[in-house]
Amino acid sequence: MKRQMTGAKMIVQALIDQGVDTVFGYPGGAVLPIYDEVFQQNSIKHILVRHEQGAVHAAEGYARSTGKPGVVLVTSGPGATNAVTGLTDALLDSIPLIVLTGQVPTFMIGSDAFQEADTVGITRPCTKHNWLVKETDKLAGVIHEAFHVATSGRPGPVLIDIPKDVQFATGTYTPKAPSVSHYQPKLKGDLEEITELVAAIEKAKRPVFYTGGGVVNSGPAASQLLRELVEATGFPITSTLMGLGCYPASGDKWLGMLGMHGLYEANMAMHDCDLMINIGARFDDRITGVVDLFSPKSKKAHIDIDASSINKVIRVDIPILGDVGHVLEDLLKIWKSRGRKTNSEAVAKWWKQIEEWRAVDCLKFEQKGKIIKPQYALSRLEALTKDHDRYITTEVGQHQMWAAQYLGFEDPNRWMTSGGLGTMGYGFPASIGVQMAHPDSLVVNVAGEASWLMNMQEMGTAMQFNLPVKQFILNNERLGMVRQWQELLHGERYSQSWSESLPDFVKLAEAFGAKGIICSDPDDLDDAIMEMVNHDGPVIFDCLVEKHENCFPMIPSGKAHNEMLMGDADTQNAIDAKGSVLV
Amino acid sequence: MSALKIKKGATSHSAYNLRPNFSDVVERHTLAVLVENEPGVLARVIGLFSGRGYNIDSLTVAEVDQTGHLSRITIVTSGTPQVIEQIKAQLGRIVSVHDVHDLTVEGASVERELAMFKVSGKGDHRVEALRLADIFRANVVDSTLESFVFEITGAPEKIDAFADLMRPLGLSEVARTGVAALSRGD
Repeated sequence: MKRQMTGAKMIVQALIDQGVDTVFGYPGGAVLPIYDEVFQQNSIKHILVRHEQGAVHAAEGYARSTGKPGVVLVTSGPGATNAVTGLTDALLDSIPLIVLTGQVPTFMIGSDAFQEADTVGITRPCTKHNWLVKETDKLAGVIHEAFHVATSGRPGPVLIDIPKDVQFATGTYTPKAPSVSHYQPKLKGDLEEITELVAAIEKAKRPVFYTGGGVVNSGPAASQLLRELVEATGFPITSTLMGLGCYPASGDKWLGMLGMHGLYEANMAMHDCDLMINIGARFDDRITGVVDLFSPKSKKAHIDIDASSINKVIRVDIPILGDVGHVLEDLLKIWKSRGRKTNSEAVAKWWKQIEEWRAVDCLKFEQKGKIIKPQYALSRLEALTKDHDRYITTEVGQHQMWAAQYLGFEDPNRWMTSGGLGTMGYGFPASIGVQMAHPDSLVVNVAGEASWLMNMQEMGTAMQFNLPVKQFILNNERLGMVRQWQELLHGERYSQSWSESLPDFVKLAEAFGAKGIICSDPDDLDDAIMEMVNHDGPVIFDCLVEKHENCFPMIPSGKAHNEMLMGDADTQNAIDAKGSVLV
Repeated sequence: MSALKIKKGATSHSAYNLRPNFSDVVERHTLAVLVENEPGVLARVIGLFSGRGYNIDSLTVAEVDQTGHLSRITIVTSGTPQVIEQIKAQLGRIVSVHDVHDLTVEGASVERELAMFKVSGKGDHRVEALRLADIFRANVVDSTLESFVFEITGAPEKIDAFADLMRPLGLSEVARTGVAALSRGD
């Protein structure tokens, strides 16, 4: 059924046909016709943010917590350029987004018109794909294609730039069609390669599963298959920051997160294993440390939907190109048909070794005195909220690593954090997007005071839409991670790494009409957290913590997994000149 | 349509060789990339090379299939086998890219490049330039009393050799198209 309508109406119609219920955006001159259509319908809820970066992060939070693509609508020029950080963030963390930007009319493109920017040029390297639509007749088709591209294969953000005259003009609406796109990523893995991995699993003496965000992106079924595989083989499992929750933190095969601030037992297992099974992770530099010393004794298998991730950083022995869910299904089938074999005797010995590493208890800390340790604050948050229907977002820095270490995730899609790009200012708007998708759940943004200030304007959004997001700010009046690196690498010269002239967060909350809570005494912490949880509305929680706490364990730059720093006593001359040039 | 008749994929299983040999020797590879002929597609390919720090030794592009809206980009690049595989995988990831072929590993192929040389000189130099042009089967496409413009087609090495010979004879300007390549046979 083909219908005539304006480009602006087509956009709204296409979003409805794609099942979109929420759009995050901010109006402006070049998108006025679209906003006029938004005004005249009730199917899609529009969330007015206070800055376009907030719109993109909110859409990321929405997408990551639902598995559906997030949708953003912003104007031309500054509207589009403000979206760039969020686009890059989504590209690095493989989050599906559809970003619609207005553009000056086609006949003015290239004339340096008011609020004109070369949006497709600027966003080409920070989107999975982008389009400039110059004909109204093509608009609907491009939008449907955009949803297909954003959500298939390795997901990612896409952008559609729509000149204002294309929005006004009338054209033919093409309904959502069964995909005719040439872009059809391969989902099934090669059975020969999978069989080779099964053979390696049967023989492995010191195996470890190393999982990542690809498991989350593959969907809930992939996490279920992963759990089945881990329980059936009895192999230990660790995960990257992006993959937390795919295997439950309460599971007895769980080693905790790995990497630069990962757990001792996880990193030691990675270093000493004889079979590493990478499932949907990408050997990021936060994981590998120095690549020459990375897990020297292991055979490495890598399951990834993106061919460019395989052999990019680490040379692998068993490459499997495909979707995690599809590959795990075939893997389990083949392994079962061959008699469910593992070298259980050797694996039991491996577990004994792992238990010794576990006994080091690398996350232990002592809460003494009247100053709250950040680790204690997160331990209490975990204890008091873990039984809630809970979603966690974070900003970027020490608090993010502590949150990953001290909070436990039982399911995928419950943990939203900026992994690849490390975007300070991500967490607050992301929590807004999550709360929109899950209005009755507890949504907590674990933040540092410096990160949180980067997008604090979104308090207005939280209030306007009555989103009871909890901003749990670990306030050390420092850019904690920067300070930690300056301590380790730059002779304790703390250049610009403190937060001066901080606002009174309680008054700030009240200025927006929200609730503010301040807590500085460990004895008051539990009550204060419960007050935050039980308050029906947005809360800014100013948790004053120890100012000079460092985040451990830590693999220092230029070192291997088995050279972790476990505490402040280890930090003298820990990083050599070669390591100090790394980030 | 014969421009599109090139072999599929580097292995029987996929377009990518996921088990490259991991030597540190830098190799020169010629890639044929079939892309959607749409605005910005060349920028996507070039942006990939500059953004990720890969080499482009030569690049040519033109539409080869008008009805299918396909252009063929021929890229000569160099890198270790691991880098070459990475380049192919990254190219394959671009949504507008339909197919990536590594002509260097997918069997025999032919490479041709067209170049034009302006050679200025008098007397013996002028005669010698004309004689060498004849040997190289270069055509004279423009002439004045003190200059020639030669047109030459061949493998890049042949064109390099011709340039080396023309330099002492008054070579004053060069224009080269870059490499176009096709696999041999069917």
